[in-house]
Amino acid sequence: MDLIQSGLSTILKTGVDVLPIVIFIFGYQAFVIRQPMPNFRRILGGLAFVIIGLGLFLIGLDHALFPIGRLMAQQLTAPDVLIGTAGSHHWGSYAWVYVFALSIGFATTIAEPALLAVAMKAHDVSGGAIHVWGLRVAVALGAAIGVCLGSYRIIAGLPLHSFIMVGYLIVVVQTIWAPKLIVPLAYDSGGVTTSTVTVPLITALGLGLAETIPGRSPLLDGFGLVAFAALFPIISVLAYAQLSALASHARASRRRKIQGRGGSGHLEEN
Amino acid sequence: MKPTLSIFWKHAKRSSRDLAPIVLVIAFFQYLVLKQPPDGAIGLVFGAITVVIGLTFFVYGLELALFPIGDAVAVALARKGSVFWLLTFAFLLGFGTTIAEPSLTAIAGEASLVAAAGGAIPDSDDARRAYVIGLRLTVALSVGTALVLGVLRILLGWSLPMMIISGYALVVALTAIAPREIVGIAYDSGGVTTSTVTVPLVTALGVGLASSLRDRNPMTDGFGLIAFASLTPMIFVMAYGGIIQWI
Repeated sequence: MDLIQSGLSTILKTGVDVLPIVIFIFGYQAFVIRQPMPNFRRILGGLAFVIIGLGLFLIGLDHALFPIGRLMAQQLTAPDVLIGTAGSHHWGSYAWVYVFALSIGFATTIAEPALLAVAMKAHDVSGGAIHVWGLRVAVALGAAIGVCLGSYRIIAGLPLHSFIMVGYLIVVVQTIWAPKLIVPLAYDSGGVTTSTVTVPLITALGLGLAETIPGRSPLLDGFGLVAFAALFPIISVLAYAQLSALASHARASRRRKIQGRGGSGHLEEN
Repeated sequence: MKPTLSIFWKHAKRSSRDLAPIVLVIAFFQYLVLKQPPDGAIGLVFGAITVVIGLTFFVYGLELALFPIGDAVAVALARKGSVFWLLTFAFLLGFGTTIAEPSLTAIAGEASLVAAAGGAIPDSDDARRAYVIGLRLTVALSVGTALVLGVLRILLGWSLPMMIISGYALVVALTAIAPREIVGIAYDSGGVTTSTVTVPLVTALGVGLASSLRDRNPMTDGFGLIAFASLTPMIFVMAYGGIIQWI
């Protein structure tokens, strides 16, 4: 009974959450666009799905994603999983945490539907110059390194802002040299990585790490993983663009050489 | 009814594929590294299934109801050329999608628990609820502002790197004066805003707008809205933290 009641109240609450966007889209349709709404019943049905789905998602979040993130943090920092001498809290002893952070960062991003959508749009808009898989791997690598470095920061207890500021500096320097075409896309790819499933999971991981490692405060040290996961893909996508620009440059100059030779041969034939 | 059902299955497959890599990584670590099944594993599996079903319903509903209208309105507005209505639309789109964003709801709730435990706010239900609502409104407001700025940039052809780098400078400056407890939450709220609901609608708006303007390139001008939407929350949340402390 309790579960049903809490489920119903969650669904009711999400209904209230969705209300503003519904009012505004319908308002625009009615007062600014001034065209009759097509498929009114389909839209009402869709809204019901949105509200029920959001409610179920939030229930599952409380029962799965948050507990799993915390649990993994506790298990991976348990004394018998640590590497090296027991009792020492040197950052190097937490090797399994870093491996987990790398794999969870990569795995969640490579499967991210929002990233796939943006990558396909970028492929179309760039006329095929940007490869869907190249972009996805670049973003996923960035997210993996981000979550891993973020976990290291929590374990070592270093200040968040200095990492982020160094990251910003790298982005600024890369922006100067990167191909102009890729810059907006790279900036966008930072936001794309952190999906609805990833955010709760890695937030719980960070908070769990800060709770279990002695001397860390969840409030001061626990947050920041999402910020890392959103910053590093910018760097990795800019790097990917620079590398592929260099590669195509090298290819083009090689082709020019071959063509040059072919051209002279042609002349000799004449 | 049949095509709708097949779309539903497509989404069910997609959200399980979204979750599958996570399940694989966690299963790998549980069986090969930790070698001890956690307590309440059945509850976790049940919760994960609820997440998949919820996400499927949610995205399916979005595609059925909100995306077609949002797309149509964005394209119609870009064509109509009324700057006032376009900017109002951008603001409300950012605000509305962010308020409904499930990961923001989740992280705000978690942040309120941590803040109460850490003594930053009183440990009562009312104080926590006020904190959650304050945080969500602040972030939603900041995303609304971000989209207005982003649309203005597309219309006027401002340089994206210059704007983003000034935003970074503002983040750095605010970090120096904001209360320490809010900095981590503020940095994280940048990544939270841009997921399931926001990204498709916002990308459609930007690329649609840039393609309908004559001398704008959808590649260099159409992207960038999400970058704004993940930068302004940091600035606004740090400002919010500062204001709350001074009052």
